[in-house]
Amino acid sequence: MAFELWKGNEAIAEAAVRAGCRFFFGYPITPQNEVPEYMARRLPEVGGCFLQSESELAAINMVYGAAGAGARVMTSSSSPGISLKQEGITYMAGAELPAVIVNVMRGGPGLGTIQPAQGDYYQATRGGGNGDYRLVVLAPNTIQEAVDLMQEAFDIADCYRNPVMLLADGMIGQMMEPLEWHEPRHRELPPKDWAAAGLHGRGSHNIINSLFIDPLACERHNNRLQEKYRLMEQRELRFEERGCEGAEVLFVAYGSPSRIVMSAVDLLAAQGVKAGLLRPVTVWPYPYERLAALSREPSVKAVVAVEMSAGQMLDDVKIAVGGCKPVTFVGHTGGVIPTQHEIAAAALAALGR
Amino acid sequence: MTHEIIISGFGGQGVMAIGKTMVEAGMEEGLFVSWLPSYGPEMRGGTANCSVVLSDQPVGSPVVLNPNELIAMNKPSLLKFEKEVLPGGIILINSSIVELKAQRSDVSAYYIPCIEIANDLGNPKTANMAMLGAYLEASGVLRPETVHRMLAHIFHGPKAGLIDINIEAMSRGAACVSGG
Repeated sequence: MAFELWKGNEAIAEAAVRAGCRFFFGYPITPQNEVPEYMARRLPEVGGCFLQSESELAAINMVYGAAGAGARVMTSSSSPGISLKQEGITYMAGAELPAVIVNVMRGGPGLGTIQPAQGDYYQATRGGGNGDYRLVVLAPNTIQEAVDLMQEAFDIADCYRNPVMLLADGMIGQMMEPLEWHEPRHRELPPKDWAAAGLHGRGSHNIINSLFIDPLACERHNNRLQEKYRLMEQRELRFEERGCEGAEVLFVAYGSPSRIVMSAVDLLAAQGVKAGLLRPVTVWPYPYERLAALSREPSVKAVVAVEMSAGQMLDDVKIAVGGCKPVTFVGHTGGVIPTQHEIAAAALAALGR
Repeated sequence: MTHEIIISGFGGQGVMAIGKTMVEAGMEEGLFVSWLPSYGPEMRGGTANCSVVLSDQPVGSPVVLNPNELIAMNKPSLLKFEKEVLPGGIILINSSIVELKAQRSDVSAYYIPCIEIANDLGNPKTANMAMLGAYLEASGVLRPETVHRMLAHIFHGPKAGLIDINIEAMSRGAACVSGG
C-alpha cells in the first residue's frame, strides 16, 4: 500500500495496460495527449501495439477490427475527436464489440477550446451515433477513481460485448494526484468464441456485422440489444452520496465539478446550511431512482445541478426530481470552471436567502 | 490545515517543477495533495502557472482562486495574482527580475533574488529551488528534510553531485525569509 503521484492522463493509460489492454489506436488532440504518449512508450514493453492513425475515423475502425478479433483494445480522444469517432462507436454497438473509449472533454461546439468542459454529456449518454444503442459511461472525479474505473471498464465491455466510455474532462486529464494501485475486480467473463480470429478447427466462420437487411431480423437484433441495456441498467449503476442525510440543499454533479461542489458544501456549512451531494459515477445508467428518493426527502428544499455545460445532465435531474422540488442550475461553458463561491451563492438563492 | 498555493512565472523557470516537488513532498508527509497546471497557448512565452493544494483533508476543488501563498517568478504573475491572495497570506517574489514590491499591506511579502543565488552557486537551474526553500521557510507547511530526501532519490549516479547544490540553493532561499 503505497501512494504514487500520477498525472490523470498517464494514470488512465497505465490502468488500461494493467487491465490487459494491448492495443491502442488514436490521433492526437489536447487535453488528452499524454494518454497516447504514454501508450506509445508503454505498450511495446508488454508486447502490445500502439498506432497513431492518420485520422480519428481510421483509429476507431482499427479499434473495431482489433475488438472483432477478440483483443483488449482502446482509443482516447477529446470532444471534437470523439465526434469523429461516433460512426465507429455505433457500428461497434451494433456489431456487439467490446472496447473502451476515453473522452477527456474540452469546450465546444466545434473546435471550441482546449480547456475542461462537459458539453458531451448528451453525446455520451444518448448515443452520439445513429440508432438505438447505449454505452456504459463512467465519469470519475479523482485520478484514483479514473484508474479504478478504467481497470474495470474492459471487464464491463467484455461482459456485455459492448463499448464502454470513460468520460473525463481536461481537469482530470491534466491534474496530478496521489493514487494507489489496486488489483482490479476481475469478473467471470464468457469466452470470446464469437471473435473473427481464424477457424481454429471450427466448421463455420464467425461474422462481425451490424447490417440486418430484413426489418424483422433487425428488430430482433435490436430487442436483444435492449435486453442487454436493461441488464446494464440493473447491474452497472454507480453513484456516491456525500452528506445527503438531512440536507436542505441537494447538489447533483459529476466529474470535476463535483469536487468544486464539495468545496461549496464546506462554505455553506460555515454559514449553517446543510448541503449534500449526489454524484453519478455512471452517467449512463443514471441514478434516477435514488435522485427521485433523495429529492423527496422532507429536509430537501432545493436541488442544484452543477455542470461545465449549458445544462445537459440537468435534463436527467429534472426527470428524476419530477417537479417535486425546485431545480436550479449552475453551469459554465467554453472551458470556464464554476467556482465554489458562485455554487454556494446559487444554493443560498435557491433557499431564498 | 489547508494550504492553497499558486506558483506562476515564465515557461522554463521551473514553476511546474516547484509545484510537483511540493505535492510529492506533501504526499510523503501524509497530506492530501493536488497539482493542476494551466495548459494551453499561454504556456508558450506567456505566464505559466500551477495550482497546488496541500491539506489534511481530501482535496475538493483543485483550482486555486485565492491562494494562501503566491510564488511570483516574474512580473506578470505578481500583477495577475497579487489581488487574489487571501488576507494574512504570503507572497514570494523573484526579486532578480521583478523590480516591483507587493502593494498589499495585509500580506507578508518576501523578496528572493533567485537568479543571483543560483548563479553564485554556479548552476542557474537551481533558481527555482532557492524559491522553494524560501517557500518552505515562510509557510512552514513542509519539512525541508523531506525535499532533501527526494533530491537524493531524483539525482543519483553521475548526477549525485547536484544534491548538495540544490540543498544549498534551498538554504540560501530560506535565509532570505528568516534573515539568517
